Amino acid sequence: MYVLCIPAFVFVCIFSYGPMVGLLMAFQDYKPWLGITGSRWIGLDNFERIFQYKEATQAIVNTLIIAVSKIIVGIIVPIVMAILLSEIRNMGIKKSVQTLVYLPHFLSWVTVAGLMIDILGLDGGINHILTRIFGNDPIYFLGNPDLFRFTVVISDVWKSFGFGMIVYLATIAGINPSYYEAAEIDGATRRQQIRYVTLPSMLPMIIVISTLSLGNILDAGFDQVFNLYNPLVYSTGDIIDTYVYRSSLLNGQYGFGTAVGLFKSGISLILIVVSYRLAYKYANYKIF
Amino acid sequence: MYHKTTGYRVFSYFNYAFMILAGLACFLPLLHLLAQSLSSKAAISGNMVSFWPVGFNVDAYVKTFNNSNFNGAMLTSITRTVLGTTISMFILTCAGYALSKEFRGRNVLMWFFIFTMLFSGGLIPSYILITALGLKDTIWALVLPGAFGAYNLILLVNFFKTIPKALEEAAFIDGASFFVILSKIYLPLSLPGIATVSLFIMVGHWNSWFDGILYMSDASKYPLASFLQTVVVQSNMQSMAMSQSEVAAMSEQSIKAAQIFVSTLPIILVYPFLQRYFVKGIVLGAVKE
Repeated sequence: MYVLCIPAFVFVCIFSYGPMVGLLMAFQDYKPWLGITGSRWIGLDNFERIFQYKEATQAIVNTLIIAVSKIIVGIIVPIVMAILLSEIRNMGIKKSVQTLVYLPHFLSWVTVAGLMIDILGLDGGINHILTRIFGNDPIYFLGNPDLFRFTVVISDVWKSFGFGMIVYLATIAGINPSYYEAAEIDGATRRQQIRYVTLPSMLPMIIVISTLSLGNILDAGFDQVFNLYNPLVYSTGDIIDTYVYRSSLLNGQYGFGTAVGLFKSGISLILIVVSYRLAYKYANYKIF
Repeated sequence: MYHKTTGYRVFSYFNYAFMILAGLACFLPLLHLLAQSLSSKAAISGNMVSFWPVGFNVDAYVKTFNNSNFNGAMLTSITRTVLGTTISMFILTCAGYALSKEFRGRNVLMWFFIFTMLFSGGLIPSYILITALGLKDTIWALVLPGAFGAYNLILLVNFFKTIPKALEEAAFIDGASFFVILSKIYLPLSLPGIATVSLFIMVGHWNSWFDGILYMSDASKYPLASFLQTVVVQSNMQSMAMSQSEVAAMSEQSIKAAQIFVSTLPIILVYPFLQRYFVKGIVLGAVKE
């Protein structure tokens, strides 16, 4: 048994726990040519700077807004879609729709960004339709700071709602049909059946998924934002992860970048532990 | 069984229409991409292409496959996906099989693994580690760091746990070794789980772009997704600061579309076959009540 775990153990030690040693840089004025042993220790200065730099605090605020909107929309849409899809009786259509809506989850954000840039551009498909209907000027979704967050949330839902539906659909499929029969005999309409049978049966799953998503509150999606944003929308679109990338690897502030990263990981860790506790308490959820 | 009221029937029609629309919305952008890749330059710049090629030609594909950078990136991606998936699955099935049993220190070990899912060193320490290990600019920088994923381990452990103990005991009495038990009993019986996890890892490797840009100092060593990132996304950012003539000189939309489409094709092709597995895999692996 122990022997079988050795490969995994070695990999985890090197590639997961190894970088954690590097977190010491967060407390240093790190210079690559001096290394961790040679760089000067500066205590918590890097952390204080997070709240002094306007860009850094802005990135934290943006992260929170984008992540929270994504979580809310990302929970509601799959639930609604799963209920609606379960109302479809034609198996052929049901299966085809399912196959199609899962697909975007498997596309890379690079691909999706390519599609978005094209479709949301000034002469792209969406503007084509909008200007036809409303006669307005074309909207530049990706270059407008006011619309950027909206675009990020919507494109995230487009990519992930199908996949998010899977567990809900499974839950609905697992509901005992005799509940519906009983409700039917009691004269419940289809809408009442959804409200009093389907939704309560889904509730434990909804609670688990909502509480667990609490841990992602500082994760606004690096892959997505990095590929969609541009200097025009830094004010509303720059998130912690993209800020770390720009301030550290591009501008050489390794110590500061690491401090921002550690700040994020630390808070996320606390949130995840809390959310697992809650999920366990309210829905008896265990990870393994 | 269902109320055939007028209200329900109206709802039903709307629901069908809405669901079909939702399905199409997930698929039409790709169709648009395919149409663009097969259209003439004039038709694209005249904004005439929607979901059907206008001025049909395959020039973009000819140019894409004659581009040595593209082919090199494709090869890197294929190597990386095959190598990465093999290594990951080896590590994960070994550990997953072991951890699905009870033994001393099992919980400690499990938490040791799960902790990596909750907390990480972050971008810069990882970058410095890879550089210090001398992996930079080699394919190992793309394969090794992500080889172990705690989430996939949990899926596999949960899967292996559903297999009845009696099967293993019977095989053990018949003189089967651990290796035989793993390969002859556990792997075939947990095929949905194995297929799901492999699919996730494969797609992950194929789609992953950031590590390529981070760890490869030379663009000729980029995997496909990183290559595309520079072609599609970065060129778009630059184009906002460029004059018209410079924009025109950049790679044409039809070529971009062809490149994106070719890179997405393996996923579109593999996915329908694995779909039945992954739905089962996720539900069984993740939901326990």
